[in-house]
Amino acid sequence: MNLKELYQEIILEHGKNPRNLRKTDNFTRDAKGNNPLCGDNVHIYLKLNDNNKVEDISFEGNGCAITMASASIMTDLVRGKEEKEVKEIVTDFLDMIKEKDELNTQLLSEDEKTKLMCLSGVKQYPMRVKCATLSWHTLTSAMNNSQEIASTED
Amino acid sequence: MNIDQIKKEFPIFDNKVQNNDLVYLDSANSSQKPRIVIDRIYDFYSKEFSNVGRSVHYLAVAATNLYEQTRTSVQKYINASDKNEIVFTKGATEAINLVANTFGQKYLDEGDEVLITELEHHSNYVPWHFLRKSKKINIEFAEVNDQGEVTLEEIKKKITDRTKIICVTHLSNVTGAILPIKEIVSFAHSKGIPVLVDGCQGAPHLKLDMQDLDCDFYAISGHKMYGPTGIGVLYAKKKWLEDLPPYQGGGGMIREVKKKGISYGELPNKYEAGTMATAQVIAFNESIKFLEKIGIENIEKHEKELLDYAVELLSKNNSVNIIGNPKNKGGVISFTIEGIHPHDIATILDEDGVAIRAGHHCCQILHEKLGLPATARASFGVYNTKDDIDQLNNSINNCKKIFNLK
Repeated sequence: MNLKELYQEIILEHGKNPRNLRKTDNFTRDAKGNNPLCGDNVHIYLKLNDNNKVEDISFEGNGCAITMASASIMTDLVRGKEEKEVKEIVTDFLDMIKEKDELNTQLLSEDEKTKLMCLSGVKQYPMRVKCATLSWHTLTSAMNNSQEIASTED
Repeated sequence: MNIDQIKKEFPIFDNKVQNNDLVYLDSANSSQKPRIVIDRIYDFYSKEFSNVGRSVHYLAVAATNLYEQTRTSVQKYINASDKNEIVFTKGATEAINLVANTFGQKYLDEGDEVLITELEHHSNYVPWHFLRKSKKINIEFAEVNDQGEVTLEEIKKKITDRTKIICVTHLSNVTGAILPIKEIVSFAHSKGIPVLVDGCQGAPHLKLDMQDLDCDFYAISGHKMYGPTGIGVLYAKKKWLEDLPPYQGGGGMIREVKKKGISYGELPNKYEAGTMATAQVIAFNESIKFLEKIGIENIEKHEKELLDYAVELLSKNNSVNIIGNPKNKGGVISFTIEGIHPHDIATILDEDGVAIRAGHHCCQILHEKLGLPATARASFGVYNTKDDIDQLNNSINNCKKIFNLK
């Protein structure tokens, strides 16, 4: 195991200064998520425009560096994407964290993929996978407009 | 007492964990097991196994005797006046659920109050919470002060004429505060209120004397006392066990079963329905013997030395913030590091073989009060040394380095 792979500079930086850590004005969808084992929680706010594109996305919450960095990077990457594109990116990311070696989606640039792949270090730390995936599960809930609290224990 | 010798009795320390010597600082969560406890489980299943209390064949009688010997050992260890005041459960959680359920059924009505504290583990809150719905009771919380303690005065303040039972922890698993149980019980009894003590953290670290404490109920977790998982003890004064209704129904707890009615068994069978964790109960006797051999006073002294050493060392470490400063404190240190989330601390420490816990430690009420979603926690057992504390401190420094903190 390699801590340096887990705590890459980009993770530490996003963890320390998370992007989009705020509440979107006039959000159209939102969802809460938590990790009951450790108490980490996020609340995702989503504003879709008339073309079903993500006009704005933001989050509130607290958690470890991995949780915060993952939410920070995720919110940056899905802005401007269409609803079905967001779903594709989420699925691709979760598949990568679960089992695949790389990201396959064509919707992200190589730079964006590289940034996202920084989170793949959690694969070696099964207890921390949930930190990386919490905001992504919560985003899915928000897209589905689910009133249920997304949980990492599904 | 020779800690190196004692440590050798724990096989877990024989092996490296991820190429490191194990520095186990998570005993408040669960303690490691000495060889005699592990061997006892193997031996019982290999040579002596039978179910207890039912058949009359040789193995059944022998197993029953062993099972009952643990009851007697526990009785003596905690100085209960009668061996039938010892009820085996699957853990302290079940022990508290047993009381909440049966006491609630018989003595709690709409508007009655259960007084607990903000220090309580979820296992001493959630079972009472169930009664909010089923019995429409209220739960009151004695507040924690700035030192992370709950004082006798605070308890007194929260008692009303609707208070029907007081449920308090002996030793906080977060701040380490040791509560003045004897004084709380004495005051509560003067008002005619029974007291339940969550002894999960008290039992492995403090001398227990039920005659001295005089509490009505005391819940014990076996796996935190160097014993197996799946075994706990409810100590309850005999008058309560005779008075309260049974908890679970099933085999072993009955006297006579007819289509038109059922009568229940005598103590202790009344509360031990179904096949119990036989091997664990029998092995738990070895945990008691282990504690008796070292002497709980020696363990208390050793853990106090470790605590003082750790508090001194970590207080000097910049950006480490120790949670609570109780006057009377057990071997638990919860802390935060400015700028590093506890889960990250735990992962980085783990890389050095230092096992701690991070999170809310099943005390969300307390963490909400502290304004912290999570803390990191190092907790001690009989096998810990000052070297372990040094390693903890070194690993914390490593953590700070990774996060670019001074």
